[in-house]
Amino acid sequence: MTISDLKQTIPDSIKPKINWSRIEEADDFAKTVKLFRQGKYAEDSFRRYRLQHGAYGTRMTNDYAMVRIKLPAGEIYPDQIEKISQLSEQYSIGSAHFSTRENIQLHWIVLEDVSEIFRGLAEVGLTSREACGNSVRNVMCSPLSGVCPAEEFDSTPYALATARFFLRNPMAQNLPRKFKFNFTCCEKHGMVRMVDVGLIPQIRNIDGTPQRGFKIFLGGGLGNRSFVGHQLEDFTSEEDLLYTSIAVVRIFDRLGDRKNLARNRMRYLVNDMGWDKFQNLVLKERAVVRATQSVVTQLEVDKTPNVIKRPVRISNENGGEIIPDGYARWLKTNTVKQTQEDYRSVFLTLEAGDITASQLHGLSNIIRNFSSEGMARSGFEQNLALRYVHEDDLPNLYSKLIEIGLAKSGALTMTAPIGCSGTTSCNLALTNSHRLAKEIQRKFLELKLDEDDDLSDSSIKISGCPNSCAQHGIATLGFFGGGGHVGKDMYANYQMSIGGRSDGDTMLGQTLLRIPAKRIIPVILKVIEIFKANKKSDDTLKSWIHRVVNGNEDSEIKSLVDIKKILEPLVIPPTIEEDPDFYLDYGSDTSYHTKTGKGECAA
Amino acid sequence: MCCLTNLGKITTDVDTLRSEIRDKSVRVIDVRREVDYKQDHIPTAVNLPLANLLSDDSPERVLKLINSMGIDDETSVVVYDDTFGALASRVAWTLEYLGHSDVTLLETTYSHWKSLGLENDSIVPEVQTREHSMKLHPEILATSDYLENAKTRDDVILIDNRERLNFLEQHIPGAISLPYRTLASNDKILRSKEDMKRLLDNRRITGDSEIITYCGSVGTLSGLAYYALKSAGLPNAKLYARSFKEWKNLEKPTEKQKDANYWDLSAE
Repeated sequence: MTISDLKQTIPDSIKPKINWSRIEEADDFAKTVKLFRQGKYAEDSFRRYRLQHGAYGTRMTNDYAMVRIKLPAGEIYPDQIEKISQLSEQYSIGSAHFSTRENIQLHWIVLEDVSEIFRGLAEVGLTSREACGNSVRNVMCSPLSGVCPAEEFDSTPYALATARFFLRNPMAQNLPRKFKFNFTCCEKHGMVRMVDVGLIPQIRNIDGTPQRGFKIFLGGGLGNRSFVGHQLEDFTSEEDLLYTSIAVVRIFDRLGDRKNLARNRMRYLVNDMGWDKFQNLVLKERAVVRATQSVVTQLEVDKTPNVIKRPVRISNENGGEIIPDGYARWLKTNTVKQTQEDYRSVFLTLEAGDITASQLHGLSNIIRNFSSEGMARSGFEQNLALRYVHEDDLPNLYSKLIEIGLAKSGALTMTAPIGCSGTTSCNLALTNSHRLAKEIQRKFLELKLDEDDDLSDSSIKISGCPNSCAQHGIATLGFFGGGGHVGKDMYANYQMSIGGRSDGDTMLGQTLLRIPAKRIIPVILKVIEIFKANKKSDDTLKSWIHRVVNGNEDSEIKSLVDIKKILEPLVIPPTIEEDPDFYLDYGSDTSYHTKTGKGECAA
Repeated sequence: MCCLTNLGKITTDVDTLRSEIRDKSVRVIDVRREVDYKQDHIPTAVNLPLANLLSDDSPERVLKLINSMGIDDETSVVVYDDTFGALASRVAWTLEYLGHSDVTLLETTYSHWKSLGLENDSIVPEVQTREHSMKLHPEILATSDYLENAKTRDDVILIDNRERLNFLEQHIPGAISLPYRTLASNDKILRSKEDMKRLLDNRRITGDSEIITYCGSVGTLSGLAYYALKSAGLPNAKLYARSFKEWKNLEKPTEKQKDANYWDLSAE
């Protein structure tokens, strides 16, 4: 026996249960691009076709696309991560990007290479089909579904079955606009009131027998105008899940506004019609669906439990009990205890969702070695969770994450802001929200704000324009980009909102004031300072702001107006002579000006 | 038209090389650094670090190097490296330029060779000097002047093999981006012929176009691309050996992707 025989082998990868891909779509896409380049395919039809297949346009150019890879229910397996690592090096910029809707995006792909990406994805069972365009977008599920102590049952199999039912389904190929489903585990961890269809699993005792079902919320959503969803009924049984979904999609398809692109999401339909009427319509439509669908139309819910098997390790490679620095901080701010005894879910701190090809490569082995379910789950916050990590393996996991630069703390705190792609690749963006999110994270980790319990349940979300890709409307502190100016000199400016939340008390943030990009960090620190000076002993920033926003605070700060007064002096623009840097957006060394192209959200 | 490499063969597979070594019918060149070579290498390999070659790559000196490695016009040569084939390509291309027809690349890297458990040793072979003729092949080389003129022609395709972010930031006007990582597949330095053809065909890099490749500084990544093109049956390729480094030093025009902060999307 030689030394290399003793070398620890990597456990085999768990194979995905569902193959989402179809290889023929790669060939078809390649052919269609050729026809388009030869002028044999009309530009509008091509754009629709491209979006339907998950390739989105790129800022100021027709030569590149962004490919949005769907991770239904957030599930991603080691071989898939490995493949995405490879694809990002071959065809993209050597990094990939985790979105807020459980997609992985590859940016700056040459349009002619998109079909090669489809081919690679098909090798590992992934697809980007219907990740863009007027279709049912990726079906999300809470990254804690199945391990959350507060959940009534695991909704993951239902999310997967729903994704499977609608993917490539003719009824969902040309909706008035995109359509989104979010499944969650419990009130706290979901985002069910801010989406077309949001679902919380619940169990009811019906005639003495426990029955599975859902609380379903309809017509919510964030955007230029945001609305909170309405609960359809007390309890929607498991059997009615598909009928209800079909009924809602059919009503939207039939009655949704196909003309006015700016207001054709289902939430506008619900708002225009009034909730009572819409609710009535859904219930009636469901009765029709129930009566007319064939028995073969049903969700294929695979309830076989996943195999949980702690990966075998011959020995601790670290050779002992040396726990690296920063472990306690990381454990506190990046991990949560699961229902399952001795196991934790570990969240990775990414910078605004970005991860390099080599980190992805390292990560695939880490998942094989540490997750007892052999896969990972992406979350709602541009991040990724490794679940079923045995408590005893945590220090070793932490060391491994340090090796690949993914051991930063703060994943589950306010110090991990969301930033959409902004001017790094998006046609609509006015500001570099992406870089701003990274700047805030670096600064706040340096200040160790992730260790502050008062701040941990708050959130910061930054969009580069009034559309809500970063979901700023439900952030404790939300920002969206625009331009400000002093005379002829322009600077990147953000509208700030405060007090948004997406839990059981879901509400939209209240508009506070405009903050220049280069003043955002001091302004947030000031808000924290005001809070600290006025809080009650068991307050968090989130709970304190909630009282202020609702007019229930009795300290010196009675309302948002009082906060605004304190912040106003901080946002006065200097002249360009006094502070030239003020007039440069983050990540840019030339003077700021707003510049946008055509959006494709509503193509 | 240049089709020097024997019967269009671009790479040599592992098994063939092993049997050629057993038959003593091949000269193997290891282009890694001398320290690495001294530690271990493929049996019978001689060492020619790329840096050594580039320190003076005048034809006269290169000819001397070739002779000293025991290579004559008839010698079958296989080159390998541990840098995904890029350095080996640059050396192979230089041999080709000098007029040596029978040179191929090992299909994989030295690391992979070792990971397969294949034979290696640290013996430095004794080599008998031979006489190689000199018959330059300028048709496989693009100089900056040549490139400047060729760029304006419709039947010329210019390919940039650097990483995508570098390309977006700055490139030779009219170039298209084909990052070197695209050329390989898993354990092989080049993807299969069919895969390569499909990729190039999608990009409309086909037929009789003259294709010029370049990269960041000395023509390594683009050297690999040069062989990738030939492996896909596109023989009319040229290497801009001095690449973008020279182009910038000469202050020739460049182009960039404007109005986008793509660097901030990178997690580096």
